[in-house]
Amino acid sequence: MLGLNKRDFSLLLIVAVLALCAPFILNPFPADSAMAQFNAGYPDLMQRFAIYGIFAIGFNILFGLTGYLSFGHAAFLGVGSYSAVWMFKLLSMNVIPAILLSVVVAGLFSLLIGFISLRRSGIYFSILTLAFAQMSFNLAYSVLTPITNGETGLQLTLDDPRILGVSRTEDGSIPVTNLFGIEMREFTTLNFGNWSFDISAGYYLCAVLMLLSFYIAIRIFRSPFGMMLRAIKSNNTRMTYTGLNARPYALAAFVISGMYAGLAGGLLASMDPLAGAERMQWTASGEVVLMTILGGAGTLIGPVLGAGFIKYFENIFSKINDGVLHSWFSFMPDGIENLMVTLVHPFVGKGWHLTLGLLFMLVVIFLPGGLVEGGQRIARLFRRKKPDDAKKSTQSTPAE
Amino acid sequence: MSKSNLTRRGLIKTSAIAGAGVALPTIFTASSAAAFTNEPTGGSVTLGFNVPQTGPYADEGADELRAYELAVEHLNGGGDGGMMNTFSSKALQGNGIMGKKVEYVTGDTQTKSDAARASAKSMIEKDSAIMITGGSSSGVAVAVQGLCQEAGVIFMAGLTHSNDTTGKDKKANGFRHFFNAYMSGAALAPVLQSLYGSDRKAYHLTADYTWGWTQEESIVASTESLGWETVNTVKTPLAATDFSSYIAPVLNSGADVLVLNHYGGNMVNSLTNAVQFGLRDKQVNGKNFEIVVPLYSRLMARGAGENVKGIHGSTNWHWSLQDDASKAFVKSFGEKYGFPPSQAAHTCYVQTLLYADAVTRAGSFNPCAVAEALEGFEFDGMGNGKTLYRAEDHQCFKDVLVVRGKENPTSEFDLLEVVEVTPAAQVTYEPDHPMFAGGELGACNPGA
Repeated sequence: MLGLNKRDFSLLLIVAVLALCAPFILNPFPADSAMAQFNAGYPDLMQRFAIYGIFAIGFNILFGLTGYLSFGHAAFLGVGSYSAVWMFKLLSMNVIPAILLSVVVAGLFSLLIGFISLRRSGIYFSILTLAFAQMSFNLAYSVLTPITNGETGLQLTLDDPRILGVSRTEDGSIPVTNLFGIEMREFTTLNFGNWSFDISAGYYLCAVLMLLSFYIAIRIFRSPFGMMLRAIKSNNTRMTYTGLNARPYALAAFVISGMYAGLAGGLLASMDPLAGAERMQWTASGEVVLMTILGGAGTLIGPVLGAGFIKYFENIFSKINDGVLHSWFSFMPDGIENLMVTLVHPFVGKGWHLTLGLLFMLVVIFLPGGLVEGGQRIARLFRRKKPDDAKKSTQSTPAE
Repeated sequence: MSKSNLTRRGLIKTSAIAGAGVALPTIFTASSAAAFTNEPTGGSVTLGFNVPQTGPYADEGADELRAYELAVEHLNGGGDGGMMNTFSSKALQGNGIMGKKVEYVTGDTQTKSDAARASAKSMIEKDSAIMITGGSSSGVAVAVQGLCQEAGVIFMAGLTHSNDTTGKDKKANGFRHFFNAYMSGAALAPVLQSLYGSDRKAYHLTADYTWGWTQEESIVASTESLGWETVNTVKTPLAATDFSSYIAPVLNSGADVLVLNHYGGNMVNSLTNAVQFGLRDKQVNGKNFEIVVPLYSRLMARGAGENVKGIHGSTNWHWSLQDDASKAFVKSFGEKYGFPPSQAAHTCYVQTLLYADAVTRAGSFNPCAVAEALEGFEFDGMGNGKTLYRAEDHQCFKDVLVVRGKENPTSEFDLLEVVEVTPAAQVTYEPDHPMFAGGELGACNPGA
């Protein structure tokens, strides 16, 4: 089906079902229960899951296949966001032109940076990309303020031209981003007893694009081009000796992953029309590296899982404050309650980085293949018969 | 080499699936019954406190959060009531807001616009927050204010000093109690004139981002109107930690006043560098060399230690003020946490009470009704004397304090002394002042 073998198609199908049912899967707890704290099924976070999933899928095409570790991918995400917001300011609030422009601009930008950075490999390549990204961040933060609006971030205003749309709606506010009239922020809450589920228009656009990106990534992984990229990773020198010029392939992979990042940036701006310079900072570039490694570099589904994992921590764990902790432990005697709160306090709220860091360490030490490897190990427990078979399909063997 | 499987049937199938995916959400879009976003229906109402808990302004953020918790306690009738007893409006009864118990959620802005907006969005979408407040950086405040305008909830800005927040980026759903860069300039200028005379040459070091620029613009304008000359203005990167290379040229520039448009850790480092270079012991043009820090806070003064002694700046509020309201606030804050509140804590506490009061007076949580109740609202008893929430730009107008680093501090909190209280009239400007022009409030948005 769709040019995929049976196994890949069923993987795509699973991802599609998960993506379409996400509003239900992510809200497993009744809205009025104490566990509702852990519900992640609200539009903004679901959108982020899908968008950062796209970002990580694209990054994985470069890092997972060619082994080139780029530390500057956030720059393409940022460039994509800025192009999209400019499109909203100048042309119209429809997201299609904005997303198209962001992909194109990010593609061109990555062509330029890739052309220069790919003259080196290994750590030198990483440092070059890091330098370019940090340069873009600093430019966006100060020198290019007329284009980027600096620290404040590029925002829509009431007097933007928007030549194909309206500058302001009839009631005097800024129009909202839409897809041929479907507003991106539109969402409907379905109530079943105590459970409530948010069905959001913006999320479904992200989810469909994420599926599309996922599909393209599978095709690339399985294509002769993908094989070429794997060859670069396993032994670049040997490639050169056999008379093949590897650089165009690597550059193509770099540009493709840059365009994925641009798509993610354009989508971020479409869901929430603001582009800030922090999106380009090196920490943002590092985040996508973490996502890919946490999920499993070189696997198809891994980066999406990693992206979801990190965004979940950032948005859910960071909001657990002492008040919430006290309500959890309130059934205990006072002294023990306070002790428990003191013990748990450093790991939640502002300490979410700490928890994430510990989990990251555990994953890297015990599951070098990322969350995907964890899944495989569990699957193998239940399916002892053909252990090698499952391994072959989803995990490519790391070269180094 | 590659085998294409693109068939007509395959293409139709794929596009049908994609089309169905795009069309799916429209099936569900029924209009909701609520009159405005997150209308509180149960016995409680949720406020969203969005402050930096990590990053360069984490200290301020932690103090803001303490103030919010104190304000919630007072609104729900706990504690000693703090400034609710001195507040000129007596609408608040200590029974929550309009009988609904106040609950709150917190989030981490990380001093990044993106993270701040994500955090605010989750408060609005997941926790049904009816009002968002916080922010320790103007960039974040402007970004979150824009978000609240779109989502249809009220934004009560915390610590944000840039002119833009109520200038070119002002929004109908956003309100600021804190003072701004223009007011700093207007309040400082007369004091600087009486101290240092009207024949001075100033050299500016400015943090290279929006807030730094608006402050530099404001200070340059007000000092030049005194007759001062601006020798040079140099932008420094926000991430800089060593300012030696920026201080050295000051010595040879012929300037006799150094203005540091820096905040937080930046100011601590640049001031320390300047003092280490011996600038304060210098004689230039036959006058003592002076340093001015237009925006001061106690937390910064503590960071810079000895170096702040005798250095002038402006601040929104200081805990050593002797009016009843300030004393009541310092007392209840001190009893709960064991130390006096910072100016950031003060403005956040006041904003929370002002919001609760406006809801009660309006008799509704509807953001448009609340905005109407706040616009043009005059009040007293909140530690700043008589204050006006101006309707044209949602900026509070009140007295501004000019402070000086104390020569002989008696405790680690007693670092600043108030030199002068500049009356509100002197720092008031027209809503269409050039430094604030270009923005528009737009229409209030109740969402839903």
